[in-house]
Amino acid sequence: MLIPCPHCGLRDLAEFTYVGDATRNRPILDAPEGDWADYLYLRTNPMGRHAEHWQHTAGCRSVLTVRRDTVTHEIFGATMAGTQA
Amino acid sequence: MRHSVFSLVANALTGNARWPRQWRAATPKPAYDAIVVGGGGHGLTTAYYLAKEHGLTNIAVVEKGWIGGGNVGRNTTIIRSNYMLPENSRFYELGMKLWEEMSQELNYNVMFSQRGVINLAHTSAQMDAFARRGNAMRLEGIDAELMTREEVAARLPGLDVSDRARFPIVGGMIQPRAGTARHDAVAWGYARAADKLGVDILENCGVTGFIRDGDRIVGVETTRGAIRAPKVGVAVAGHTSELMRLAGLDRLPIESHVLQAFVSEPLKPLIDTVVTFGAGHLYISQSDKGGLVFGGDIDGYNSYAQRGNMPVIRHVAAEAVSMFPNLARLRLLRHWGGVMDMSMDGSPIIDVGPVPGLYLNAGWCYGGFKATPASGFCFAHTIARDEPHALNAAFRLDRFAAGRTLDEKGIGPSPQLH
Ligand SMILES: Cc1cc2nc3c(=O)[nH]c(=O)nc-3n(C[C@H](O)[C@H](O)[C@H](O)COP(=O)(O)OP(=O)(O)OC[C@H]3O[C@@H](n4cnc5c(N)ncnc54)[C@H](O)[C@@H]3O)c2cc1C
Ligand SMILES: [Zn+2]
Repeated sequence: MLIPCPHCGLRDLAEFTYVGDATRNRPILDAPEGDWADYLYLRTNPMGRHAEHWQHTAGCRSVLTVRRDTVTHEIFGATMAGTQA
Repeated sequence: MRHSVFSLVANALTGNARWPRQWRAATPKPAYDAIVVGGGGHGLTTAYYLAKEHGLTNIAVVEKGWIGGGNVGRNTTIIRSNYMLPENSRFYELGMKLWEEMSQELNYNVMFSQRGVINLAHTSAQMDAFARRGNAMRLEGIDAELMTREEVAARLPGLDVSDRARFPIVGGMIQPRAGTARHDAVAWGYARAADKLGVDILENCGVTGFIRDGDRIVGVETTRGAIRAPKVGVAVAGHTSELMRLAGLDRLPIESHVLQAFVSEPLKPLIDTVVTFGAGHLYISQSDKGGLVFGGDIDGYNSYAQRGNMPVIRHVAAEAVSMFPNLARLRLLRHWGGVMDMSMDGSPIIDVGPVPGLYLNAGWCYGGFKATPASGFCFAHTIARDEPHALNAAFRLDRFAAGRTLDEKGIGPSPQLH
């Protein structure tokens, strides 16, 4: 798998660390407990297109939002996390 | 037909050409008293115990592919009960006791081999952690022994126990009753035994939707037609999220990840136990055919592909050679992957609900093979009685929201790390 880092170009999977599902949004600090449990523990876990965070640990160290297919591993693009895809 | 030494001899003399089918090729009925979705180890044991312990014999196992094609036939067959949390210890120790009786109970040789599982320690801190875990096990009546470096060396002649090793070994812990089994035989043995009790095993029968009556689930739509039942148990391992989505649950505390397994070319007897590396993640044993069977970590990112990546293969090979330098020129014969249901705390879910009429069995991570008999025993109880058995009372789905997670290693909600 090759991930297109916006800073470093197309780089090998081995340079990256998986952070996890990028579709979950951290609730505000005093949100109800249920919102926190939901954020921490519940995942859509799609079979197909997924948005996820990867850190380019052996490169620029940026955290990226990568859009990837969980069956074919095809990658549809990567942007800096926190910016719109 | 009962298997015995006479049936073995008779079949050997006729060229093994006359063995009958081990279970019927059943045709789906329009309705049953209960349906179990997923014909892996857990689905089959569930059906077996529903029939045997709870008298529910008008039931079906609905399997998308063939019996033995899922993780039950893809794992590295390690069976152990060396956990630290009492809820896990008790559950997996029930499993261990059921393994000890399984071949007799099923009249089917599952080749359960209590060859011991040795966990290696490379630091004194690790030895302390093993002492703590071993004591926790012994308090639950489970066998555990610490080993010195000399004892480890005597048990594993090929192992590099020298000070030159990349991660020198200082000792280990063994669970002597732990071991391995023939995984396919487990699937076939339970399919045959459930079939004998009247259970319909429906292969090539994928569930494509659920039938509802109000908010209740009252059956399933399948590739072989609609099948109704007042109780539907789901035990589909890596495909839990996709199936539960069809029941209206969009999110669960589960992610699907791929784990690879490896088999080498056959060798003369080298390893007569199961041994795990302590400075990384590698477990290795030797099959009766001589091949080394080994595996390591999951690939580490959500995956529904039943195939793995290269970095893990390289990593696992490097670990194996750092433990057993004499394997450096060994060739790999086969390797494959399986899709697993990694839960958010590394422990399983066996529960009633979350939709009326539905029952859930999931979250087995990569330790679900050893759980096969205990999981079916507890899930059958949960389905038949509409409440968990004492041994799965801690495995409920609401434990996440309630803050009662069962996290053996204290890792937190990162399924790729469990
Ligand atoms: C490489 C590897 C190594 C492992 N090593 C070990 C080990 O050493 N020790 C250990 O204890 N555990 C191990 N495990 C874990 C263990 O194999 C699993 O946790 C366990 O087998 C899962 O339960 P199961 O047997 O019921 O799953 P499966 O055999 O996967 O059964 C699930 C079934 O559900 C079916 N299904 C899916 N969707 C549908 C649908 N829509 N309709 C109908 N049927 C459906 C599938 O076809 C499948 O047959 C390993 C797993 C892998 C992949
Ligand atoms: Zn980069």
